[in-house]
Amino acid sequence: MLDADFFRRWLTTAAAAVDREAERLTELDSPIGDADHGSNLQRGFTAVAATLEKEAPDTPGAVLTLAGRQLISTVGGASGPLYGTLLRRTGKALGDAAEVGAAEFADALRTGVDAVAALGGAAPGDKTMLDALVPAVDALPTSFAAARAAAHEGALATTPLQARKGRASYLGERSIGHQDPGATSSALLFEALAETAEGAGHE
Amino acid sequence: MSDNGKLVGIVLVSHSGPVAESVATLATGLAGGGTAPVAAAGGTEGGGLGTSSELIAAAAHRVDRGAGVAILVDLGSAVLTVKALIAEGDELPDGARLVDAPFVEGAVAAVVTASAGADIAAVEAAAREAYEYRKV
Repeated sequence: MLDADFFRRWLTTAAAAVDREAERLTELDSPIGDADHGSNLQRGFTAVAATLEKEAPDTPGAVLTLAGRQLISTVGGASGPLYGTLLRRTGKALGDAAEVGAAEFADALRTGVDAVAALGGAAPGDKTMLDALVPAVDALPTSFAAARAAAHEGALATTPLQARKGRASYLGERSIGHQDPGATSSALLFEALAETAEGAGHE
Repeated sequence: MSDNGKLVGIVLVSHSGPVAESVATLATGLAGGGTAPVAAAGGTEGGGLGTSSELIAAAAHRVDRGAGVAILVDLGSAVLTVKALIAEGDELPDGARLVDAPFVEGAVAAVVTASAGADIAAVEAAAREAYEYRKV
């Protein structure tokens, strides 16, 4: 079973990963975006880690809802409401249970990913974070490691795609040949999730 | 008319603080004095380019007179932030809605209509209609 502490460690691990990779995310965002993805997410996840430390919510749902709210209010770019909605909707789907099973979490996360798709109006293949998130939630019922691999492959597979959403879509064919920064940061989240699960003895 | 003669509030959300402020000044100026409450929520709290959910929520509460708040946005994160706040949160006042309209023309239409005492549905319709205004 996964408790509030598991989710807090996931997001703290994700914050460390975003911090470590911030420069690379911003570099990926330079040719096709506005070169702020790394710094925006870094600000957001730093705030998430700080608020989880301070408020210490005691259910998985409350951890994710609080983190989502914090991302929406601190990121300042489109990734704020998108990742914020992902976590907040997933948290709401988990309700107020003190512990949740891996299958229940996988279902809740799918609800969150669906909410992201509805919010941004994007679909897989549009060269967005969904290209990592959708294969990852598809693989999550198998294992956390499978979800990590699927997210990573999904992010790499955005390189030959032409962007159809967001600022990058204005570039048309010139967006081809660049890995999508949003899909890359989504893969980091699943990397952090798998790392947290391995540390906790969940496979 | 809106209920109880209360005026609909208008919030203008842009990636840029000066753009939001200027469009607010333009719209209230063209509506001609004594207008419905209008608040700009542009840029980040630090004054940079971007979107701040806190500035948006504060602006919406500032113009809320109980007849609804029409929120107009420019693009990208401004659209997504307002949508996320409406879909998920409790940060915005009841009756706040995202209005699908061109930013400048829609703002003028919304402020003029709201200042005449129209209800939120009429304000929204007027702002949306600004899409039909062809220039050539």
